[in-house]
Amino acid sequence: MIHDGFILAGILFALGTAGVLVRRNIIFMLMSIEVMLNAAGLAFIVAGARWSQPDGQILFLFILAMAAAEVAVGLALVLRFYHQYKLLDVDAASKMRG
Amino acid sequence: MLRLLWLIPAIPFGSAFILATLAPRWPRKVTAVLGTGAIAASSAMSLLIAAEFLRNPPSGNAFTQVLWKWIDVAGFRPEVALYLDALSLIMIAVVTFVAFLIHLYSTEFMAEDDGYSRFFAYMNLFVASMVTLILADNLLLLYLGWEGVGLCSYLLIGFWYRDPVNGLAARKAFIVTRIGDTAMSIGLFLLFTSLGTLRIQDLMQRASIQWLPGSGLAIAAAALLLGGAVGKSAQLPLQTWLPDAMAGPTPTSALIHAATMVTAGVYLTARTHTLFELAPPVQFIVAIIGAATLLLAGFSALAQHDIKRVLAYSTISQIGYMFLALGVGAWTAAIFHFMTHAFFKALLFLAAGIVINALHDEHDMFRMGGLRRELPVAFWTFLAGGCALAGLPLITSGAYSKDLILWDELSSPSGAPGLWAAGIAGVFLTSLYTFRLIFLVFFGRPGTEVTRRPGFAMQLPVWILAALSIGAGFLERSITNFLAMALPGTPGTARGVISETSSDIIAALAFATGLLLAAFLYLRPSVRQPSTSALQRLWLQGWGFDWVYDRLLVRPVVWISNIYKNDIVDSFYDGIAKATELAYRAMSHIQTGRVRWYAAGIAAGSALIIAIAIFL
Repeated sequence: MIHDGFILAGILFALGTAGVLVRRNIIFMLMSIEVMLNAAGLAFIVAGARWSQPDGQILFLFILAMAAAEVAVGLALVLRFYHQYKLLDVDAASKMRG
Repeated sequence: MLRLLWLIPAIPFGSAFILATLAPRWPRKVTAVLGTGAIAASSAMSLLIAAEFLRNPPSGNAFTQVLWKWIDVAGFRPEVALYLDALSLIMIAVVTFVAFLIHLYSTEFMAEDDGYSRFFAYMNLFVASMVTLILADNLLLLYLGWEGVGLCSYLLIGFWYRDPVNGLAARKAFIVTRIGDTAMSIGLFLLFTSLGTLRIQDLMQRASIQWLPGSGLAIAAAALLLGGAVGKSAQLPLQTWLPDAMAGPTPTSALIHAATMVTAGVYLTARTHTLFELAPPVQFIVAIIGAATLLLAGFSALAQHDIKRVLAYSTISQIGYMFLALGVGAWTAAIFHFMTHAFFKALLFLAAGIVINALHDEHDMFRMGGLRRELPVAFWTFLAGGCALAGLPLITSGAYSKDLILWDELSSPSGAPGLWAAGIAGVFLTSLYTFRLIFLVFFGRPGTEVTRRPGFAMQLPVWILAALSIGAGFLERSITNFLAMALPGTPGTARGVISETSSDIIAALAFATGLLLAAFLYLRPSVRQPSTSALQRLWLQGWGFDWVYDRLLVRPVVWISNIYKNDIVDSFYDGIAKATELAYRAMSHIQTGRVRWYAAGIAAGSALIIAIAIFL
């Protein structure tokens, strides 16, 4: 049962990572990052349940708060981005190349 | 009154400082008033001090003013002290007065130049350095002024620095005179180590007590000082910088030639005359250098096209006369010629400046002509200066000073008829090239059109200088008597192969021959292009000294430095630099500007680190 939880977290994390790398739409990239965060949170809760410790759940609360802050900043960036480029394709913002 | 001596260098120093720091934001009028006023004040001060000095001469006919102790290290205690005697008095009076007239002229000449305040700052610093050089009580302070003069000449020759040619000319002047300066600084070390002081008066006293005439040390010291003098005064073999120094603005040329720079060598030799008397071979070399220089420069002046280059070669030639006089112990004659030369050479440059300005920067004499009616001011003053330069007998100052030198060549025990003959030949050459210039520029058919006429500030100085060029000769007796307070008189016996009057008459005949020949050659209207014979070309290039030095010195040095540029030690450090740059170029490809690419990088990196943590 615990084993399954870890496998689920791993699959979610891999899906999120793939989403970040593959999607070009910036909104979907943000959502994929959320998926990755939740995968990490799930891993903490499963680990807490395995050792019967509250630490896992506390850490999940931290991740929740952090994710909320990240979304606030991220959405602000998306708004600015949209104003600048009139589209949501991240590859459009590639001026800072070496 | 003599206590105020320090003001003479201090005023121009202060004003140069103010002009350099504050003036760029001021209106031009204020700059002109400050720049010219400082020199005027300095000049008035030296005239007042001269009057005081004449009314009641200080004890020993010399006045020393110690300002402060400069350095105090292990027995080496040079002071910043000023020394005023008849020699330095004449020098500062002439230098500051002529410099004042040149400054006044510049206020109009430079009126449209962008670097107005910069120009006046340099000029004031130039005068201040020269006055320091003249008034210095010890050789170290003299050396400070000496180098200050060198620096200012560099700055002013390269004044229009946007043209690289001017920068090259400035560098050439600085480097060539530096060769002489190096010899001079070695001479200072030698004098200090062997005599234990650098105060000029003590030095001369100790030298005459401790050294026998003709002893090795005396010869070495005198020869090293002569090296410095030759460099600064543009004598053979270091004369090549002066014709190129024409790159600077015309008032600068006037200042360099008449007052502040090239006469420094003559002054140094006269100031340390005791040393040269102790070294007869060196003194003889001084005379030989003078004679050779005055002839070579005279021939070169004959072939020039550029009006200012003619004047430059004539300066070299006239300083040659001064060296000729110094070489036979005619110290007073040399200083007297310095004085008359200061007046007429400043005049010639300023008048040439009027011509150049009027013809819109035309320097080529063969494109001028007929300016006698168009620019009467320039014509009459130039004629006065030219007659003084060529030595029109009886009425011009140049004739008096030159006749004095020529007679000393015959009458002095160390003189020789050969030196006298060189001097006479020089008179002929001077007269020839001077009137060639005058006939080409002021007579004949009109060449370039006159676009500007000189205003008051440009006319007044040339008229004053013209009056002095003519009149200063009548002061011969009083000036030489006054100088005798500081310099030993010429050890003249009335020996001589011929009498003084006959020498004067022969000089006058040489002058007349030159004048007539010039009239015959250049008053014809057909002579409107320069001759291009091989000899003329050689003279035009100044006897090819530049070519020889280029092959002998410049190219080998450049060649060696090119080899050294790629040496093995440097290649290691160059390698480090190259590797860094290569790495930078490679790494900068990674920075693509794509967020997803970076995210992939982070993911791959994390995966790698986790893998390492698990499996290792």
